[in-house]
Amino acid sequence: MELLLDSLFNGVAIGSVLLVAALGLAIVFGLMGVINLAHGELMMLGAYTTYVTQLIFKLPLLKPFYNSYIIVSIFLAFIVSGVVGILLEKTIIRKLYGSPLETLLATWGVSLILQQFVRSVPLAYGTGLVISLLIGLFIPTTFPSKIKESINFKYFKFSSWIFAALSGVLTGSVISSSVSKLSRASARNVDVTAPSWMRGQVEIIGTAFPKTRLMIIVITLISVIAITLFLNQSAWGMRIRAVTQNRQMSDCLGISTEKVDIITFGIGSGLAGVAGVAVSLLGSVGPNVGGNYIVGCFMVVVLGGVGNLLGTVLASFGIGIMTDLIGAGRLLSIWPDMPLPLSNTINFFATTSMARVMIFALIVIFLQFKPTGLFPQKGRMVEN
Amino acid sequence: MSLSKIKFDKKIVLSFWIILIALIIAAPTILPVFRLNLLGRYLSLSIVALGVDLIWGYTGLLSLGQGIFFALGGYCAAMYLQITSSSEFPNNIPEFFALYGVEKLPFFWEPFRSPVFTFLAIWIIPALVAGLIGFLVFRNRIKGVYFSILTQASLLVFFNFFNGQQKLINGTNGLKTDVTQLFGQMVGSEYMQRIFFWITAILVIAAWFFAKWVVKGRFGNILIGIRDDEPRVRFTGYNPVIFKTIIFSIAGGLAGISGALYTVQSGIVSPQFMTVPFSIEMVIWVAVGGRGTLLGAILGAVFINYAKSLVSEALPASWMFIQGGLFILVVTSLPEGVLGWIQGDGPRNLLQRFGLKRKIETYPSLEINNKEGNNE
Repeated sequence: MELLLDSLFNGVAIGSVLLVAALGLAIVFGLMGVINLAHGELMMLGAYTTYVTQLIFKLPLLKPFYNSYIIVSIFLAFIVSGVVGILLEKTIIRKLYGSPLETLLATWGVSLILQQFVRSVPLAYGTGLVISLLIGLFIPTTFPSKIKESINFKYFKFSSWIFAALSGVLTGSVISSSVSKLSRASARNVDVTAPSWMRGQVEIIGTAFPKTRLMIIVITLISVIAITLFLNQSAWGMRIRAVTQNRQMSDCLGISTEKVDIITFGIGSGLAGVAGVAVSLLGSVGPNVGGNYIVGCFMVVVLGGVGNLLGTVLASFGIGIMTDLIGAGRLLSIWPDMPLPLSNTINFFATTSMARVMIFALIVIFLQFKPTGLFPQKGRMVEN
Repeated sequence: MSLSKIKFDKKIVLSFWIILIALIIAAPTILPVFRLNLLGRYLSLSIVALGVDLIWGYTGLLSLGQGIFFALGGYCAAMYLQITSSSEFPNNIPEFFALYGVEKLPFFWEPFRSPVFTFLAIWIIPALVAGLIGFLVFRNRIKGVYFSILTQASLLVFFNFFNGQQKLINGTNGLKTDVTQLFGQMVGSEYMQRIFFWITAILVIAAWFFAKWVVKGRFGNILIGIRDDEPRVRFTGYNPVIFKTIIFSIAGGLAGISGALYTVQSGIVSPQFMTVPFSIEMVIWVAVGGRGTLLGAILGAVFINYAKSLVSEALPASWMFIQGGLFILVVTSLPEGVLGWIQGDGPRNLLQRFGLKRKIETYPSLEINNKEGNNE
């Protein structure tokens, strides 16, 4: 019983990391049909945001609130990755709707650039750049409609971008002068240390669970609930679902599909940032941190079926539990006296990397029977 | 994507071939061995690019897993080389086995004692694996991005497998070939590298003609049909699964040959050949060169890799930016690649934009007929 509970918890812990990472992908891919290979790098940005927030909270002014930096960084990571995602949508992905393979290649290019960016640009100035993007993208939308409709709007836009650039440079130099660790570019991995209240373990029904794992499960749970409520209860959520079901008809009925695309992509990218916070709690943060998760995320989305969050949830927990069962060789301890050839096979796969081999093989076999995942979209079209 | 091509004069084509062959014969004497070796490697990469062009440019299947077949070919060659030059090591098995306490050769190494088997295995094993993966995927009508994701996942499966099995194939260290013997010569020696360069050059040309032959005629037309409208091909009575499986396994076989040539010239095969970035790079060579133009794939592979080595020597950090920018630029503004752009209306449009060439006014109907005339 205890063994089973342990295994279940481990599986859920692995699955919840996968889920929070795949959630944003499921939304972007499921609702917009866009393959975003830069999703892992948006996660990486979230993880680096956690790191930067942590260092900033060590400054004397914010020191008293140090313990709550992780909560703040969740929101900041959402905003940072969301802003970068929106920029991505506005500049590149918008041109490529309807050609998913091209999007895939272009976003791979973006991911290369983002990886090299965190290697060769000091994080302080990276922060400054994100802040100027934030200001530059959002100030024009807050102008009253009178200005927006005037011919001179482009001048207003231009001046707001200049203001944004100035404030970005200012923030960058302030951060780099006050936090020396952020003022130099470095390709080395950095570490996020959890605040003291998140260290250690909790005992539930006689088994000890690490608190960081529980925190990740909580983050995942909140993200899933929030995104479900948003999609099902809010007006924009309804518009997003409408566009997903029938883009042309929604357009005809006066829904601004352009805005819907930006919001969907922004939220999907923001969720990647939140996943980045979760990932930063698990190990060190480096430029390649996102790449370790991206294929797993895609498997979750493919297995779960497109455009269905329940499928994503089930698929990620399923993969998580299976990974734990196979990778830790738990089947052997559950059933100790199994025949020798079988136990040899299980031992062969009882490492993390071989468990991955097994899981992917199982997924491919599963797709032989249900090619469109657990919960396929129903329709009668020749092409989906 | 239009299929129209500029018709070259026969004399130009002939002189092009003469220059090309002269260059290939002369290259080993002109270039220093280091550069020659690089050029040979890039030429061998252009064979895998031809395969990518066949499946992506002509059939519309974007595979992100060509690294599997590339590495399989490389491993086949390396296993043969290791096993034939293992006589001085204990138990007559390759040296690395001793590190892991293996005394008996794993069974799947045995057939690689035979050179004939190896020469067949280099392209047949990858082709069979590709055919199997392809069949399982295509049978379920999994296509588009799902196909890409699944090939990428298979790539990771193979990577993890080869990376983890020290006792079978030396795991993450890979198999070295440069210190092995082939026909009494050291594989890494200057003499052998020259020979490998010539073999590579000949095989690139052969692969090019082979690919041209594949896309010619009815078979090629069906491939293009699948790319442009697969349901319609199916409704017309063809079974796309068969054609897709065949072309995917052809591409796999080409990747295997390419991998073997690359391995003997770079001196090592390792699971690094099966990393995700390398397989995506193969796609970008084709995308830059021009998908659907076989020559574009070859030129793209050679030039991009050459540029990569030049840039990485000068400014190591900037290559990632350049590569990333190249991906974005090609996809958003040059979807037909450089060669496709030249063969299409690109140069004329560019000249027009600067007001250098006047627009040619024709009757639309003549234009259509003309295009059809060029399509053969």
